[in-house]
Amino acid sequence: MFESLNERLQSTFKKLRGQGKLTESNISDSLREVRRAFLEADVNYKVTRDFIERIKTRALGQEVMGSLTPELQIARIIGEELTQLMGAEAEKIRIAPSGPTVVMLVGLQGAGKTTVAAKLALKFRKEGRTPLLVAADVYRPAAIRQLQILGEQTETPVFSMGTDVSPVKIAKASVTEALAHGQNCVIVDTAGRLHINEELMGELRGIKDAVNPTEILLVVDAMTGQDAVNVAENFNNDLDIDGVILTKMDGDARGGAALSIRHITDKPIKFISIGEKIEAAALEEFYPERMSSRILGQGDFQTLIEKAEDVFSEDQARELERKLSENKGLDFNDFLTQLEQIRNMGPLDQLVDLIPFKNQLPVKNLKPDESHLNYAKAAIQSMTPEERRDPTLLDRSRKLRIAKGSGTTVNQINTLVNQLRMMNRMLNQQTAMAMPQMGPKLGALPRPKRKAKKPRRRKRRKSR
Amino acid sequence: MLKNLLKRRDKSRAAAEGGDSSQAAPESGAQQGGWFQRLKSSLAKTRKQLFSRLSGLLQIGRKIDEELMEEIEEILIQSDVGVETTLRLMDNVRAAVKAKGLGDASELESVLKAEILNLLGEDTPLACVPAESPYTILVLGVNGAGKTTTIGKLASRFRSEGQHVIVAAGDTFRAAAEDQLAIWCERAGAELIRGGEQAEPASVVFDAVHAAQHRDADVLIVDTAGRLHTKKPLMDELAKIGRVMGRAHEGAPHEVLLVIDGTVGQNALIQAKVFNEAVPITGVAVTKLDGTAKGGIVIAVKAEIGAPVKLIGIGERLDDLRDFAAADFVAALFASEGTET
Ligand SMILES: Nc1nc2c(ncn2[C@@H]2O[C@H](COP(=O)(O)OP(=O)(O)OP(=O)(O)O)[C@@H](O)[C@H]2O)c(=O)[nH]1
Ligand SMILES: Nc1nc2c(ncn2[C@@H]2O[C@H](COP(=O)(O)OP(=O)(O)O)[C@@H](O)[C@H]2O)c(=O)[nH]1
Ligand SMILES: [Mg+2]
Ligand SMILES: [Mg+2]
Repeated sequence: MFESLNERLQSTFKKLRGQGKLTESNISDSLREVRRAFLEADVNYKVTRDFIERIKTRALGQEVMGSLTPELQIARIIGEELTQLMGAEAEKIRIAPSGPTVVMLVGLQGAGKTTVAAKLALKFRKEGRTPLLVAADVYRPAAIRQLQILGEQTETPVFSMGTDVSPVKIAKASVTEALAHGQNCVIVDTAGRLHINEELMGELRGIKDAVNPTEILLVVDAMTGQDAVNVAENFNNDLDIDGVILTKMDGDARGGAALSIRHITDKPIKFISIGEKIEAAALEEFYPERMSSRILGQGDFQTLIEKAEDVFSEDQARELERKLSENKGLDFNDFLTQLEQIRNMGPLDQLVDLIPFKNQLPVKNLKPDESHLNYAKAAIQSMTPEERRDPTLLDRSRKLRIAKGSGTTVNQINTLVNQLRMMNRMLNQQTAMAMPQMGPKLGALPRPKRKAKKPRRRKRRKSR
Repeated sequence: MLKNLLKRRDKSRAAAEGGDSSQAAPESGAQQGGWFQRLKSSLAKTRKQLFSRLSGLLQIGRKIDEELMEEIEEILIQSDVGVETTLRLMDNVRAAVKAKGLGDASELESVLKAEILNLLGEDTPLACVPAESPYTILVLGVNGAGKTTTIGKLASRFRSEGQHVIVAAGDTFRAAAEDQLAIWCERAGAELIRGGEQAEPASVVFDAVHAAQHRDADVLIVDTAGRLHTKKPLMDELAKIGRVMGRAHEGAPHEVLLVIDGTVGQNALIQAKVFNEAVPITGVAVTKLDGTAKGGIVIAVKAEIGAPVKLIGIGERLDDLRDFAAADFVAALFASEGTET
């Protein structure tokens, strides 16, 4: 149902071709698509409106930069604005300078508080701390039992006083208990409640007053819709929360609630929770950039643009462009250059992850393989300059020589030649549309001067 | 100032609760003035009061123009109706305005409501005394949607009609899921069939169907573990549960109830679609409508999978379940909470 924003922007940008400046009238269609993408990602209506206004202000009057197509330019502005809005980097959970660190988890019913409590306990334990889980949900049937089971699983003690004692008293007693037993982290799992329930919100204020938490974290389901801002605003007004944890990120919800909450409360998102299984790794630090891309339905678009710009020199790009426009095809020298550029861009598997459109590339099973890079490089370096320029020269005896010289096999040389051929064939097909070049096993290489095609949502990790 | 007012309201709530009917025995069906009334009064007791956002907009004398249309669009989007459905609705409204030659804003309300009601279809409540026996209901949805709670309420409702109810603990995954369900069954007076943690859900369900047959149960309700629609193996597991039920009892499951959290956004649409592919959905239950979220996405869900909304949850107590009434739902869609009026 969701086309990616990028896909939809393609058509709106047609009219921008050949124009020197972004103006109100030539970007209005594009902004409408951006707005729609936001709303479909559950970004709050009002937040969306403010946001579009800001993007418009920034985009207007900008020269269409030589090195970036208009859609990349707007994508970049959006990306930057989003990232800025969500904070430049993850803010960590604070640890009390002295005395136990008290973390209080609050939120709506079914948001994922209890699960997060257990994951947090595990994380603390991995860091060498000694957490105590506190069962302060006395309302939901078997809530205490749930926490106890999770406590067993994570080998964390669970403090409970049954369901007949008030949560305020339980929380207070738990801190005393932690002090007595030398436990340095207290994680208070509270009952889910509606933000408009005055009585239960009052109870949370009572807990806050009683234990003076180091961190009050609002746990929010990533699938939440437009109401997220009401929820966050109410919790924040009542408790002055310290941050937000976004849960169920193992699904495919775009998570626009995150953006809305951040915008409305100005409180950072500290973690994302991925999966029902209790694993320390399932509580991840929050990366604002990734979240922006997810909301827009792209890969890490922004990062990609920046990386591409970093590694391509103007000259290299121009040379490549020239070859393409002359329909000459690439040779092994270009191939080698690209290999080195790929290397410069960082670890290969991370890189492939950044490619927004990798799943729509005509080649399946795009598996990053560092060793492949190594043999390809060795083989090309064993070729003569003529062979590099003209791969058709490579007959069986030459291949044998190269294989020997580079410690590879003829098979591998053949693969390499095929890759170059495929790459050229694809480039020919796509010159007009400018597909990023790639080799089947090498991964795609983004090109800064061309339009990126068909992005896709990042595949989320699967786990249970 | 505001705090004072809120406090005062709080007190009046405490007074009201002493003698009001909200603690009364389980009610069934769409009764006692409908849930919108109940919602109104329960909200009035908390912080907010309801008023119709439409009545402010659609006053006599105001012209129907694009600005007005956009304001209505805004309300719909803010209710999680979604861009696509909103645009579709507004197209229909525009067409109707043109066809009927309407010009005054006050004439718009009925047109608008009619269009939404049209998308929602007829009210099709769940029968309180089912024709088949045992009548089997499979309940599914994503994590934390409100499945188990809804089952507790539903069991209680059937019980109050004198039905013999068996509940199957098909969630063998989540910690203490069985215990949670056991407490609900106790409250409702229903029998629980459990397989123990880590038991295979399909085999628990299979046993439960047999138990229901042998013990002459009128109704069997099957709880399942919450799962995200993106997890293929878990969706396969669900499909298997559906098949197992059908094999154990002809025609089962008679009702496949998808539970949707009323606070959910656009993701619910794809959820509904994928769940529907695993086991064809026959009805939807929307929960947590006692909050400020409107649950507008169910309009799109109805359009997408065709299954009508049948039940709504408006609280965490045994009797906080209502039959879905489209007219009330639409009224609530346009209701807004004002802090003070
Ligand atoms: N306010 C309100 N809370 C509800 C409603 N229905 C369910 N809840 C609460 O939402 C939370 C999750 O409900 P459950 O019934 O456990 O949901 P579930 O779908 O069975 O959850 P899992 O089995 O964990 O996937 C609980 O805290 C319930 O009390 C409702 O209509 N209104
Ligand atoms: N898929 C998925 N499910 C989650 C996640 N976090 C919590 N859940 C599930 O959501 C439901 C409600 O979680 P719980 O921790 O009991 O929420 P609480 O009511 O806020 O304490 C349970 O079924 C959990 O297993 C998550 O990150 N991903
Ligand atoms: Mg809990
Ligand atoms: Mg459940």
